[in-house]
Amino acid sequence: MARMADRAAAAANPGINDDIGEQKRLEMYRTQVVIREAETRAHELFLQNLIKGTSHLSLGQEAVAAGFAAAMRKGDLTFCTYRGHAHTLARGVSIEKVLGELMQRDIGLMRGKGGSMHLTSEEHGVMGSYAIIGAHLPIACGSAWRAQYRGDKDVSVCFFGDGTTNIGAFHEALNFAVIWKLPVVFVCENNLYMEYTPIGAVTAVPNPAADRAAAYGLEGIIVDGQDADAVYRVALAAYEKARSGGGPSLIECKTYRYSGHSRADPAKYRPPGELEKWKQRDPIIIYRERLKQFGIGEDVIARIDAEVKREVDEATEKCKAAPPPPLELLTKDVWADGGYAWRN
Amino acid sequence: MAELTYRDAVARGIAQEMARDPDVVFFGEDVAAAGGVFKTTVGLLEQFGPKRVRDTPISEQAILGAAMGAAMTGLKPIAEIMFSDFFAVCFNYLANEFSKHRYISNGQTKCPLVVRTANGGGVRFGAQHSQSVENWCMMIPGLKVVAPSTPTDVIGLLAASVRDPDPVIFLEHKSLYPTKGDVPDGEIVDRLGTAKIVRPGKDCTILALALMVPRALEAAEKLQAQHGIDAEVIDVRSLVPLDTQTILGSVAKTHRVFTVEENPRLCGWGAEIMSIIADEAFYELDAPLVRITTPHCPLPAADVLEDAMLPNVDRIVERVSRTLNS
Repeated sequence: MARMADRAAAAANPGINDDIGEQKRLEMYRTQVVIREAETRAHELFLQNLIKGTSHLSLGQEAVAAGFAAAMRKGDLTFCTYRGHAHTLARGVSIEKVLGELMQRDIGLMRGKGGSMHLTSEEHGVMGSYAIIGAHLPIACGSAWRAQYRGDKDVSVCFFGDGTTNIGAFHEALNFAVIWKLPVVFVCENNLYMEYTPIGAVTAVPNPAADRAAAYGLEGIIVDGQDADAVYRVALAAYEKARSGGGPSLIECKTYRYSGHSRADPAKYRPPGELEKWKQRDPIIIYRERLKQFGIGEDVIARIDAEVKREVDEATEKCKAAPPPPLELLTKDVWADGGYAWRN
Repeated sequence: MAELTYRDAVARGIAQEMARDPDVVFFGEDVAAAGGVFKTTVGLLEQFGPKRVRDTPISEQAILGAAMGAAMTGLKPIAEIMFSDFFAVCFNYLANEFSKHRYISNGQTKCPLVVRTANGGGVRFGAQHSQSVENWCMMIPGLKVVAPSTPTDVIGLLAASVRDPDPVIFLEHKSLYPTKGDVPDGEIVDRLGTAKIVRPGKDCTILALALMVPRALEAAEKLQAQHGIDAEVIDVRSLVPLDTQTILGSVAKTHRVFTVEENPRLCGWGAEIMSIIADEAFYELDAPLVRITTPHCPLPAADVLEDAMLPNVDRIVERVSRTLNS
């Protein structure tokens, strides 16, 4: 039934490619709404002082996380930055685990030991969120090397911001991945700002990732990061290339973050009207229209929205009621034996 | 039993572990085709092939990052950083990444990797290729740190490091590469966190590491011959974990303690050990705790200057005898 609707919509709109299918589209829509609702809630919880420390939101960038995650297979591995809530949620980690970690509760993903900037869920293939700019590009190379060495077919997918393209580890990793032909996909989320500074003001080329690709013999790939379908297609092609032994890809997604760099940043440096202009290309609004074009009813969309809102509400209440981590965790898991002893 | 250089012991140790476990891979700058700039890894490429023994670009961050990613996902990489001074350009991985990931992930992830490096002075390379950086590593929670002084210990401690489930920094001393020792046949596997009494004695304890071990041993012979002082020499071998029991046992016997440290003075490993002794064995002591270290200076290149900078046999003899005779 769904597929028929999809086909009918495609027939009615011959310009629209029907390669993705209804199920995948609904999955990507849901993922974007989950990120939007969970991160909006995270912001509210900050204002209530229920989330401490820092946090870096991906509001406005949801389509990138949704598209790349939807194109992954089970077993593919995600490496992301401190702006990693979106990618963690996109791999299926529960809202409760993520909000719980942001709220530093015992039910958090790492029971409060890592915090917002280090979300990690090995069972979901989320191999860590790295808070030192550029650090995880070489780490993703190592994971990809393991896949190549063992003949595993998984792809290591590494997300980072535009600012990362100006740090040394970015360049070391790109060169390393190419010369070893590693199954790794580097994804630059260009949200126009390196923390508080416009990326264009501190970068030698207009497209910080794509324009550097040629230096490593790679194709300069730019994709509309507000359109999950476009992201999905680019991701699928890059994963296929990696799986078939074709080596790495570097993809630059043009996107925009609605909030400041972090909790502390009101983003007053933005020119007037810029945010509003980008909000006209809001990834979720774009995707709602896409679903409708494919014949998916408003009721289906509204049901997803309501379900996600309820999940976020339930997770919030559960996290609020959850205890803080117990002190027994304090010195646990420094070493593989579970302890932290450095002497006999 | 056969005589082997410290240099050749490195290759034998790596080969022993690679032959045992197909998950062990080895990579670094000039390590494969060239056999290492110190010729420590000659023959490994021929024996294990280019899939397991790989040359890298001059990209220390890529090397340590890749080691971490490979280790997190199932391999047991041995990465070489050509000179330990180069830790400074990839320090993020030591200080922030593979040392902390298990903890911050609440025990989900693992990083069973070994970083081998040529540490220490005495080869006239100057200030950026001669440092003893064991204290850079020792101060980071989540890193194990070992520094062998003999060919047999190179093999045994390297095997223990590769088999250890945590990240290990393996500091080879570049001035020890040409030194020789008798090495048992067959597999050699030692234990991390074990110091070794390499010369028993009753009058004082001299704690030493790596190149300072043979110097302490030679000094002990001179102290015996010239001053009638019977010094016990302990090769600390493993800074993390630290074998405090062997050290404290020796202090209880000799009541006088010296460290011989190649690192510049501030925050050297000996300061940590001396603080433990002051805390836990204060009433055993019959003399001040004395650290013999490199002055808190960069290292010069010229041979006469470098020799004067690093702790040497005469300085050890003078300092120990002066303390015990005062």
